[in-house]
Amino acid sequence: MIYLELLWSFFQVGLFSIGGGYAAVPFIQRQVVDLHPWLTMTQFADIMTIAEMTPGPVAINSATFVGIQVAGTAGAIVATVGCILPACVIVTTLAYAYYRFRGLTMVQGILSGLRPAVVAVIASAAVSLLILSFYGQRTVPERPGSVNIISVLIFGAGLLILRRRKASPIRVMLGTGAAGIFMYSILSYIK
Amino acid sequence: MRHSGRTYRTLFLTTLQLSACTFGGGFVIISLMRKKFVEELHWIEEQEMLDFIAIAQSSPGAIAVNASILVGYHVAGITGALLTVLGTILPPFVIISVVSLFYEAFRDNNIVNMAMTGMLAGVAAVICDVVITMGKEILKQKRLFPVLIMLASFAAVRFLNVNIVLVILACGLLGAADTLYCRKREEPKRDLP
Repeated sequence: MIYLELLWSFFQVGLFSIGGGYAAVPFIQRQVVDLHPWLTMTQFADIMTIAEMTPGPVAINSATFVGIQVAGTAGAIVATVGCILPACVIVTTLAYAYYRFRGLTMVQGILSGLRPAVVAVIASAAVSLLILSFYGQRTVPERPGSVNIISVLIFGAGLLILRRRKASPIRVMLGTGAAGIFMYSILSYIK
Repeated sequence: MRHSGRTYRTLFLTTLQLSACTFGGGFVIISLMRKKFVEELHWIEEQEMLDFIAIAQSSPGAIAVNASILVGYHVAGITGALLTVLGTILPPFVIISVVSLFYEAFRDNNIVNMAMTGMLAGVAAVICDVVITMGKEILKQKRLFPVLIMLASFAAVRFLNVNIVLVILACGLLGAADTLYCRKREEPKRDLP
């Protein structure tokens, strides 16, 4: 049964990828390239590119993509459900426990340690995104001067609007997408 | 607790919209959720949102899905959680289904790339805005302990490449130890008749 295989494979991806995002990549590769003949390594690299370019978590994106390739839309649904099933059970249980026990002093203490760590982790993700956006690669290049000026301008304008106007993030995202098309079109027209 | 259809609809539509235009991983959608649910709708408190992020981060599965379960459950119980999960996975599901039909053309399309590059800068702006707001909240407490935790965690993740889950767990333990220490210091006073 191909559907059961898909469900079970992506159930494992969902269960073992703790930490989100790229933590899932090795597990997906193991399931769809190494253990099952579902994708070639080239197709796998393609789906990683697409997953990065489209909205949504990498694990969900690849579940949908692999499911479609292997067994059509029904396969995509089965793989996606398998992928989120462990999270649904575990996180709902944790949510219940959180409301039940958060009044305890010890739990309060643990949470007070977690909160600043969360801010730091998000700040680190912000730095990675800034580097990727300004330099077009994951690390700061040795040679200065390769900064993408348009990205810097869009970033500056976006941050200003967010801080001053308390703008809705969805509008900012759509606006910066439109600004990207507009400014790069002008740039390629001048060239 | 009973919830109006309006609450359910807002929950679903908000997560749907956030998920549809969120590139660049779980922390981006978390930042957007915080902005929407804490700052705009006032359905979740700042501290609670930070707890949700810690739980979402250290549970298995995609951070975006985990966070949406917590937000949905908080606002409207199990039904809310189901709605937010659906709202979160529907956009990538539909988009990937369409893209998988002609993914080579999509990957090499100029307009798509222009919009993506613009939105990447936009996402960086949103997440920086969130970090500034959250960092200020931590500094406002005027205690050394959280500030030290924040700086040390940043250094560990950013420069030493320590696994994020380990950092979160360690900080939870430090928080527990801090509480024990504070309690010990107060205890002798309580023992007096």
